[in-house]
Amino acid sequence: MSALLEVRDLEAFYGRTKALHGVNFSMAAGGITTILGANGAGKTTTLRAISRMVRTAGTIRFDGQPLDGRATEDVVQLGIAHAPEGRGTFVHLTVEENLRVGAWGRRDRRGLTDDFERVFRYFPMLRERRRQPGGTLSGGEQQMLSVARALMLRPRLLLLDEPSLGLAPMVVREIFRILRTVNQEGVSILLVEQNAALALDLADHVFLLETGRIVLEGPSEVLRKDDAIRRAYLGY
Amino acid sequence: MDIFVQQVVSGLATGGIYASLALALVMIYQATDVVSFTQGEMAMFSTYICWTMLNAGVPYWIAFVATLAISFVGGVVIERVIIRPVERAPILTIVIVTLGLLVIFNSLAGWIWTYVQKPFPSPFPSQPFKIGNVVFGAHDIGAIAITLVVLASIYVFFRFTPLGLAMRAAAHNPVSSRLVGIRVGWMLALGWGLAALFGAVAGMMVAPNLTLEPNMMGGVQIYAFAAATLGGFTSPGGAVLGGFIVGVVENLVGTYVHFIGTELKFTVALVMIIVVLLVKPTGLFGTSVVKRV
Repeated sequence: MSALLEVRDLEAFYGRTKALHGVNFSMAAGGITTILGANGAGKTTTLRAISRMVRTAGTIRFDGQPLDGRATEDVVQLGIAHAPEGRGTFVHLTVEENLRVGAWGRRDRRGLTDDFERVFRYFPMLRERRRQPGGTLSGGEQQMLSVARALMLRPRLLLLDEPSLGLAPMVVREIFRILRTVNQEGVSILLVEQNAALALDLADHVFLLETGRIVLEGPSEVLRKDDAIRRAYLGY
Repeated sequence: MDIFVQQVVSGLATGGIYASLALALVMIYQATDVVSFTQGEMAMFSTYICWTMLNAGVPYWIAFVATLAISFVGGVVIERVIIRPVERAPILTIVIVTLGLLVIFNSLAGWIWTYVQKPFPSPFPSQPFKIGNVVFGAHDIGAIAITLVVLASIYVFFRFTPLGLAMRAAAHNPVSSRLVGIRVGWMLALGWGLAALFGAVAGMMVAPNLTLEPNMMGGVQIYAFAAATLGGFTSPGGAVLGGFIVGVVENLVGTYVHFIGTELKFTVALVMIIVVLLVKPTGLFGTSVVKRV
């Protein structure tokens, strides 16, 4: 099995509190996978476990290599970019510096200009604002900056934590449209979302997380018709 | 008027020294979130290292650069070995650790080099020079120049190099920094290294005026606190400006307000700290840090 990301029996702990109780899933290279779930189901924790930001048990493999025991910084170097919950903007740094920092974990620093061009092509607004401090951007702009910063790593896998949170529907649609382009240009995406309708449209494969366990999985076109999902997450 | 200009210039000279040490305090504050009480003593220790080399016959500028290098490495090691284990401890714990370091460096210096005052040379000519009617001390002008060179290079480093950018990022947002692959712990250690380097500059520039002894930096450290408070602990540029302001004010008050003279000069620094804390606690250029709890 040549999964890009493979998670087996993953448990995660905050102090003594267990947040994940044996999560299993895998995703193929090139796809967009989404993890749906309510508040507190463990979606963010799952991403944090992959980025080694939380204590875990179980195994996580990226491209066959185990991630457990690695530091966050080393996981980044493998090509896993994480656009975190709350966007993680460097508010004191300019937009351009935010992007520059995003390329830090890359072994190969060449071609930085091309990468700037690439993210400016996705998000033209960032080019206009590149001398502005990150903290002066609106929520939607900061979310775009967060995705753009993650892309500066030239990642193979992009972890996205609720990119739709708190944003106007139009902005969200714009961001999701760009995510599709990003994916078509070769970046695999693992998306965590509360907004099930949006996530189901974008993703090709879906996992449903409830109180720290995967309770349901399948291709998104199948799950979209699933009664439980429809009632609980789509609301019709 | 001539006396006034003269006092301003010599105030700028000591101000530059306060600025260097204040910058050290700000570096530590941004990296570790605490006010460090040990920077002055580390600076004094660095100065002794320089003195030892000079005594062994090493030319001044070689000893100067070597001292900067040793201080930088020493600062990094101190962070890695002593501060790192308490990094996540409550702020008070780290403050106490820096107080402990203060005592250790002070006694260590006394133990190694004794408490006897030692003259420390200035690299600049001892002959003062005159412009018009105003007499300038060559050491004063030299100290100002060196401070400015150090400050300019550090500005260039932080503003224009990738490593400088990574250090700024790590200080402002450690979590996001780790997520882009910055080794935050090492950035903090580099911050301590740079702070030790600034301290060494301050120590070596002030020693010719004060003569070298283990308690040499006690007063300077208090002025540096005043400078950092005035400029804002969150603003490196502010701390530098604060240093120059404190230096000049200290000198002018000592000269023109007769009941203060040289004896009560320290009080000026403390009064400045208190006034700033009462009127604008963030300092002239500081920003208040809002933390989500």
